[in-house]
Amino acid sequence: MPLSSFRLAGLELKNRVLVASGTYGYGDDCLETADPAKLGGIITKSLSLKPRAGNPPVRIVETAGGMLNSIGLANIGVRRFVDEKLPFLRTVDTAVIANIAASTIEEYCEVLRILEGEEGIDGFEINVSCPNVREGGLIFGTNCTAVAEITRRLRPLTKKPLLVKLTPNVTHIAEFARAVEAEGGDAVSVINTLIGMAIDVKTRKPVLSTVTGGLSGPAIKPVALAKVYEASRAVKIPVIGIGGITSATDALEFLIAGATAVQVGTANFIDPAAGIKVAAGIDRYCDENGIPDVAALVGSLDAASGASVLDSWL
Amino acid sequence: MMMELCPVEGVRRAGDGIYVLSFVSAAMSRSIRAGQFLNLRVEEGCEPLLRRPFSAYRIEKTSIEILFHVVGRGTAALRKKRQGDVLDVLGPLGKPFRTADPGYDTGLLIGGGLGVAPLPLLASALREQGKAVVTFLGARSASQLVTDHLENVHTATDDGSIGFRGNVVGLASDFLGKHPITRPKIFACGPMPMLRAVASFARASDIPCEVSLEGPMGCGIGICQGCPVELAGPEKSYALMCKDGPAFDIRTITI
Repeated sequence: MPLSSFRLAGLELKNRVLVASGTYGYGDDCLETADPAKLGGIITKSLSLKPRAGNPPVRIVETAGGMLNSIGLANIGVRRFVDEKLPFLRTVDTAVIANIAASTIEEYCEVLRILEGEEGIDGFEINVSCPNVREGGLIFGTNCTAVAEITRRLRPLTKKPLLVKLTPNVTHIAEFARAVEAEGGDAVSVINTLIGMAIDVKTRKPVLSTVTGGLSGPAIKPVALAKVYEASRAVKIPVIGIGGITSATDALEFLIAGATAVQVGTANFIDPAAGIKVAAGIDRYCDENGIPDVAALVGSLDAASGASVLDSWL
Repeated sequence: MMMELCPVEGVRRAGDGIYVLSFVSAAMSRSIRAGQFLNLRVEEGCEPLLRRPFSAYRIEKTSIEILFHVVGRGTAALRKKRQGDVLDVLGPLGKPFRTADPGYDTGLLIGGGLGVAPLPLLASALREQGKAVVTFLGARSASQLVTDHLENVHTATDDGSIGFRGNVVGLASDFLGKHPITRPKIFACGPMPMLRAVASFARASDIPCEVSLEGPMGCGIGICQGCPVELAGPEKSYALMCKDGPAFDIRTITI
């Protein structure tokens, strides 16, 4: 078995596969079919200061190789999370990273302060990239100054790993990654969903209640990979790759492109054990290729020589 | 809840565009209850990407049957399954119908279209608990009416090709006007406009009523939050169709 564990800004993770925010609930919904202790970490559903009911139906629609969602950050709020969900998460032997969403910088700070005082939270991921809420979300995420400001204000509030989840809906994601790095962020998660849309031609109405939503799933993987490649060449802090990963092969592509670790998202909806299978598949690949430490794969892209696509093409 | 690769036993025709698929799962056949559903991965790979939810239609020893109408990519793929194929099944999911409620003696089962799917299992559960059962089924025409494995069935078709001409709620209301039933409870499943009509009829007649909802679901287990059902009450809030339903007491939801 290769060495799969690694340190992310001082936090020891068992392996390089985490489950993405909003695709694994609060960690307690998948127990019967997947053992979360086998994951590198769980990233919680986005937590806001007050509970959020979320958007009205229709919230999801399947598209070619993917899905659009407009959940609207439905969540039980940070206080109920601490009371009702955190006690269980403390018993799970893996890292727990709290994802935080807010509509003002003050609110981000307040939610982080509440969680910082609680045992069982190992790090934070800041959601500045939700495309489905009117306030907050993308208004922050597409503004480099705002992303820098949020990172600057949150950094002194915790010594734990501080990740910022970036949106691909910008021209140069590298600038945003650099802003996070400059303000002391420990890592960037790349990418959140792409803005997308679906229309019912019978009624000429949008399928989603919010007209547009966030595209995820295998359809976005090539975009995500290119964003990870771009971001990882721009900064020294770790880039966590996300976007359409359903198999170990997908994850390996992200690691080779420059991701230090990956998150599995939409694939959890089809198989709650998807992340565990991806982690096992990465180990198998390393064994088969005589790689003693998964770290050797990170950023190992050989950009000079073109790979043969013909073998698998036919 | 479990995820299992289940051998397919076969697909048979049950009506115009309507089929029954049977697969084997010893564990799920034992644990599933009327009103719960199964989330099927109809193809490997990512087309279609998401699982498709189906009510458990019948249980025969270790076999589980689902009833489906070929209306899209998922059901078209299911139609082509053959004996020897393997189906990736997640289930049983959702909450069962609340059949143990002592507040009624007769279950009035109302099914519209493919809403008949959970009714055979429900009828058995009711009989086991000593309840009487009266069934009302509606469909577009006789060729889409699936009355197998049900008894005491009254039918309605939109085109009048068999039974009462009109909708199933009109049929039930007409029947109950002529044959009053003491201490009834309605269990209904079908398209949303029909369920709304059932709910207004139940409220007007002061009959307790549960409706089993159908709609797009991403995961079936509550992690994607994609299937909100608006709850009754002054503040806007949602339950999840997959985890809190699919059957809801009409007093608890906005319908």
